[in-house]
Amino acid sequence: MKKIFILCLLTFVAQWAFAQEPTAAPVEMADLLRSSGKIYVVIGTISVVFIGLAIYLFSIDKRLSKLEKEHK
Amino acid sequence: MKIKSDWWKILGVVLVLFSLFQGLMGRVPVLPILHETIRNIYYHVPMWFAMVILFVFNAVYSIKYLSSGNEHHDNIAVEAANVGLFLGVLGLLTGMLWAKYTWGEAWSNDPKQNSAAIGMLVYLAYFVLRGSLDEAQKRAKISAVYSVFAFPVMIVLLFILPRLTDSLHPGNGGNPGFNKYDMDNQMRMVFYPAVIGWILIGVWVMQIRVRLLEITNQILEN
Repeated sequence: MKKIFILCLLTFVAQWAFAQEPTAAPVEMADLLRSSGKIYVVIGTISVVFIGLAIYLFSIDKRLSKLEKEHK
Repeated sequence: MKIKSDWWKILGVVLVLFSLFQGLMGRVPVLPILHETIRNIYYHVPMWFAMVILFVFNAVYSIKYLSSGNEHHDNIAVEAANVGLFLGVLGLLTGMLWAKYTWGEAWSNDPKQNSAAIGMLVYLAYFVLRGSLDEAQKRAKISAVYSVFAFPVMIVLLFILPRLTDSLHPGNGGNPGFNKYDMDNQMRMVFYPAVIGWILIGVWVMQIRVRLLEITNQILEN
């Protein structure tokens, strides 16, 4: 399990090794969420939706575990 | 939630989150017609991968049921088919949306689309069959035999027949996909985590449904 997580982490990190492309620094005082055509806002929205769904699934899972314990 | 037994659920969520982020932000090859829609590969294709894996669960647990007669195996088989079918419908819908803007029409009677739709119907028939039998053991046994036959039919429909003719879909006929022109190695590093992540989430939902079914049965019996 630990090995798999480390493998994943390394895979993810390797992605960003490619992501840096040399460009002239923009003068604009843009923070992260306002850069790249505000695409990070979209990613934020998608992530919120998906994390919400995941939490929902986890809570269903937890409630089920409780029910299973009670009915054993 | 026990970390020791449920870590794969977290892994699934992490992998999908990674693919949602990197799928939009990563660099993709610049291709005509496809343009940015090539990123759909991270979201459309994993639906089918997850569906196939769930149908594998369905077939394996059907065989297990036939040899053991254990009700638990039948429960897993039916819920695997349920979630698999759901993912397949999502795959069809996302495929139609993608096709609308790359092939020109949402449904162009392409061999891949037609046989995927027939494959869905084969598994829909599984539920019709189950619904038509009242006796639990008979239902489990007959539907288990049905899914043993349904699985190879689905594989042939999705992965063999469309490849024998020309299809617009990559990976078929005279239009081979997954080659170096469509997806490069950097895309693969997002694509495979996405596939594994969605498979894990599909299996997780299946597990939840099985537990729900079994606890419901238990409460009804008492």
